[in-house]
Amino acid sequence: MAVTGWGVVSPIGLDAPAYWSGLVAGRCGIGPISIAPNERLRQKIAAEIKDFDPLVHFAPDRLKFLDRVSQLAVVAAQEAIAGSGLVLDDELRPHTACIIGSGAGGQITQDEVFRQFYEEKANRVPPLTIPKMMVSGPASHVSMHFGLEGPAYAVASACASATHAIGQAFHMLRSGAVRCAVAGGAEAGITLGSLKGWEAMRIMAPDTCRPFSKDRLGMVLGEGAAVVVLESFDDAVRRGAEILGEIVGFGMSADARDLISPDDVGMARAMTAALGDGRLAVENVQYVNAHGTGTAANDIAETSALKRVFGEHARSLAISSTKSMVGHSLGAAGALELVATLMALRAGVAPPTIGYREPDPLCDLDVVPNVARSLAMNAAISNSFGFGGLNAVLAVKRV
Amino acid sequence: MAIIAAKSKRDRPVQSSDWLDELGIESLEAVEMIFELEDRFGIEIPVNANNAEEVFKTVSDVVRLVEELVAAKDAT
Repeated sequence: MAVTGWGVVSPIGLDAPAYWSGLVAGRCGIGPISIAPNERLRQKIAAEIKDFDPLVHFAPDRLKFLDRVSQLAVVAAQEAIAGSGLVLDDELRPHTACIIGSGAGGQITQDEVFRQFYEEKANRVPPLTIPKMMVSGPASHVSMHFGLEGPAYAVASACASATHAIGQAFHMLRSGAVRCAVAGGAEAGITLGSLKGWEAMRIMAPDTCRPFSKDRLGMVLGEGAAVVVLESFDDAVRRGAEILGEIVGFGMSADARDLISPDDVGMARAMTAALGDGRLAVENVQYVNAHGTGTAANDIAETSALKRVFGEHARSLAISSTKSMVGHSLGAAGALELVATLMALRAGVAPPTIGYREPDPLCDLDVVPNVARSLAMNAAISNSFGFGGLNAVLAVKRV
Repeated sequence: MAIIAAKSKRDRPVQSSDWLDELGIESLEAVEMIFELEDRFGIEIPVNANNAEEVFKTVSDVVRLVEELVAAKDAT
């Protein structure tokens, strides 16, 4: 299936070109938290989208309906659809799917409204509280904004939400259920309440995110959205669209073991399934965009899983964690990373894993430390592994 | 010691020389244990699960850290 459009709103760039130039430059979007009040937080850093002005994109009377997570989703979808050149006419719109993953939906609305209720003892809360909070809000808003009348819903599988969403769009297109799909993920959960929750897990890095580096101290929360436009390869060729890349396979699995600890066997099964679905031999893959959260547990398990799947070829792979630059945007992460993977193949450049300082014998694969690398690439996978053992992997090819 | 022992999955009594991983205390339980210790002694234990294994390996490591933090709190 052809990818003919992409759109990104990220901590290192407010559109897809800025995102890519940030990835290649190794720009770090992690910094002191400004959005959430932080006097009661131990956690002091996050990867925020600092210069996003919703009024550039939405009239004030429309903005009141949109939590930040939906604002980011619509802006990313706008860029993707415009870039695709697709004409969403009356004939095509009922056959266009809209599947947007999110870990938790309108968390900023939820945090603020609950604060008003509990702390300020407000007797009533804003009437749009529920529709702004719901996890399917971003999918609804993208569907409404662009008149997408086909199947529309959210996918929630924690940190794998966007990858599952794009994978389902891929399946629907392949089965012929739809002719076109707008799919991706969005997350905007840098709130006091959610940060306290993350803080309690004691897996957050106090300094920065250093995936695969021996001195890594955990993950850093991020926010963002990315959306792609998918259509069949033949349709894209027929209408003369610029094809940015091709999704060839999708693999899913569940660890079915532990709520938090990742399992390399479960991860490996999802990767193997994606490669098999895309009829890709392991030796024909050159690049992996890793889940790479920067926690002790994930990075060791993911390294082990890559070795299980790729065998000796694992040592020839370029593997990077772009979370080192944009943080972990949970339900949006898989979409940001799929776009990074497609961009990497297209440009022939593997983005770096920044913040890398010290080799870890338990993470001993080539993680493209600190500096982007020119590399001829034809195929790649993008890994997403959610809490609760929900794994999803997309396999892609250069066109 | 009692808080640590409550998290132990072994049937014999916990000793100060015991290693935490041998007691079957996994990462989330270790965090819960830390929270209980923080509440019990009114201290803040600056431990990150990503390097906890280096900071405290044995029961006596935990006891020593808690004693140090309590002493520091009492001194202020």
